[in-house]
Amino acid sequence: MDLENIPQTLPRFSATFDPHTLAEIRRAAATGIYDIRGGGTKRKLPHFDDLLFLGASVSRYPLEGYREKCATDVWLGTRFAKKPIHLKTPVTIAGMSFGALSGAAKEALGRGATIAGTSTTTGDGGMTPEERGQSQTLIYQYLPSRYGMNPDDLRRADAIEVVVGQGAKPGGGGMLLGQKISDRVAMMRNLPKGIDQRSACRHPDWTGPDDLEIKIEELREITDWEKPIYVKVGATRPYYDVALAVKSGADVVVLDGMQGGTAATQDVFIEHVGIPILAAIRPAVKALQDLGMHRKVQLIVSGGIRSGADVAKALALGADAVAIGTAALVALGDNDPAYEEEYRKLGSTAGAYDDWQEGRDPAGITTQDPELAARLDPVQAGRRLANYLSVLTLEAQTIARACGKSHLHNLEPEDLVALTLEASAMAGVPLAGTNWIPGQTF
Amino acid sequence: MPVVDLAETTKRDLNAQLHALPADTNATHWTVENSEGQHALAVGLDVPITVEINGHAGYYCAGMNKQATVVVDGNVGVGVAENMLSGKVHVKGDASQSAGATAHGGLLVIDGDASARCGISMKGVDIVVKGSIGAMSAFMAQSGNLVVLGDAGDALGDSIYEARLYVRGTVKSLGADCIEKELRDEHKADLRRLLDAAGLDETVSVADFRRYGSARGLYNFHVDNSSAY
Repeated sequence: MDLENIPQTLPRFSATFDPHTLAEIRRAAATGIYDIRGGGTKRKLPHFDDLLFLGASVSRYPLEGYREKCATDVWLGTRFAKKPIHLKTPVTIAGMSFGALSGAAKEALGRGATIAGTSTTTGDGGMTPEERGQSQTLIYQYLPSRYGMNPDDLRRADAIEVVVGQGAKPGGGGMLLGQKISDRVAMMRNLPKGIDQRSACRHPDWTGPDDLEIKIEELREITDWEKPIYVKVGATRPYYDVALAVKSGADVVVLDGMQGGTAATQDVFIEHVGIPILAAIRPAVKALQDLGMHRKVQLIVSGGIRSGADVAKALALGADAVAIGTAALVALGDNDPAYEEEYRKLGSTAGAYDDWQEGRDPAGITTQDPELAARLDPVQAGRRLANYLSVLTLEAQTIARACGKSHLHNLEPEDLVALTLEASAMAGVPLAGTNWIPGQTF
Repeated sequence: MPVVDLAETTKRDLNAQLHALPADTNATHWTVENSEGQHALAVGLDVPITVEINGHAGYYCAGMNKQATVVVDGNVGVGVAENMLSGKVHVKGDASQSAGATAHGGLLVIDGDASARCGISMKGVDIVVKGSIGAMSAFMAQSGNLVVLGDAGDALGDSIYEARLYVRGTVKSLGADCIEKELRDEHKADLRRLLDAAGLDETVSVADFRRYGSARGLYNFHVDNSSAY
């Protein structure tokens, strides 16, 4: 045996104690505090990528891509509201707060959504004139903190979204750290400048579905039954939560999966609470169907929507519309590689930057620093968002036509198959090449 | 002056009529009969009128009030005058939970007792309770004044910000970051103003009150304070 040339065992990292985990243990040991960050879950999850469409063939026939119409519009709030909302595309902009985002970023979201014929949504912290002014259709969130809440803005809104929870942190409140509390943010929230602003996890004047029903009635009375009332929940027990939201009188239910982002919360919360949107849509739709309310109470789903394929898959599973947040920020310019040098100075890299709570965003989006915020041109950024929304819609149409559908809402679960057992079970569509759905018998 | 009988008119019609009033309306005094504890009565008002409700009201009576004076000759349910912006709400009986929740302005007077969470997350409103208040009152209270002639329940002012609390009776316990503070002359003057506004004369002495507010120790999260939450 040649003892001098024995092959060496290569250093091997543990799959359990991988480098990221080891670094987190060391960081926790050094600081004594959990990691806080923005964004949504970063772990790999069963997702829309695990589904495929069955295009038309002999047994189905397709629509001509450049000739035959495939409609994309959606009505929201047709159950009780005197003035339901009509959007050109079923891709809406999710709620994100002024405070978490700069005023220019909120303006850009409004501009982009308006060009695309869709809605945008306020967030914790109230409605800003920039946002209302640039948003043709604006959804006003009604949150536990009630920062900036007032009846004038309720009446100025096109719909009201009662936020019970969000996918990134179902059961959790919010925290806007002191470094992002500018004079304007402090004034809008009626709190001293520079202190951490907590947003409660429960509403201050109602608990449970029976109270929610009365709260929704109050909001309708204040606005003379004109505005659609949405109820937003984080995806955890979608069947029961959607059923209770419907029972409480919601016009629209917004269901946010764990891929949905947040301005700031504990990493352990983001990564370990809630379920993927893929697993949530079918139980939600089942609840609506069991109550005879599918398509009467509209379902908006969110959490990890990136492409027109994701849009089409969400709709095929039974949603009426989707909402995008993270993807919209990326379209505005978030995590742009052009700022790579600055991301590195912050200890991150373009594409991975998530310390939105610190307010030092090089792209000028998740910040209240005037110099950084000035980097974002709301007109140009709004144009980019409009372009992106257009692509999402065109891509979804492309798939729908291939499946022979003259409206995106005609897509159905029967158009889908799954690539993995997990996705098959969660989405309730057969494993590709089989007629088998785990957990279901025929 | 208009009288609306809720045995004959729906609540929706009542609220719609009140919302439709112009700012210079001559119909400045409304009376509501047979309220029967209905929810969301006289909500979202934005004119300088007086609405007298002869009877009990349910949840969210006078919610999001602006300018108007709403008087309830009875008890009220959860969330009376929630998120009020201005005006005055006077409850002659008792109030349930979350009275004046998140209210930004105006004056809420409760002649009787108020249940738990009175003044929760208040943002500038003045609240005067002539009786006692329940547990967790003034939780996360941001600004404004809460005056209590009777006693306060457990965890008064938990996680309070800049609101001022004045209690004449006993406080069962204080919540996290809430402490007793000196009652200085400026506070006595402010307290007198609030008592006067609530129709209380000099027989109620400001010297009998104790003031509570934020220790400001939890304003910025620090791991060393984690046991306080």
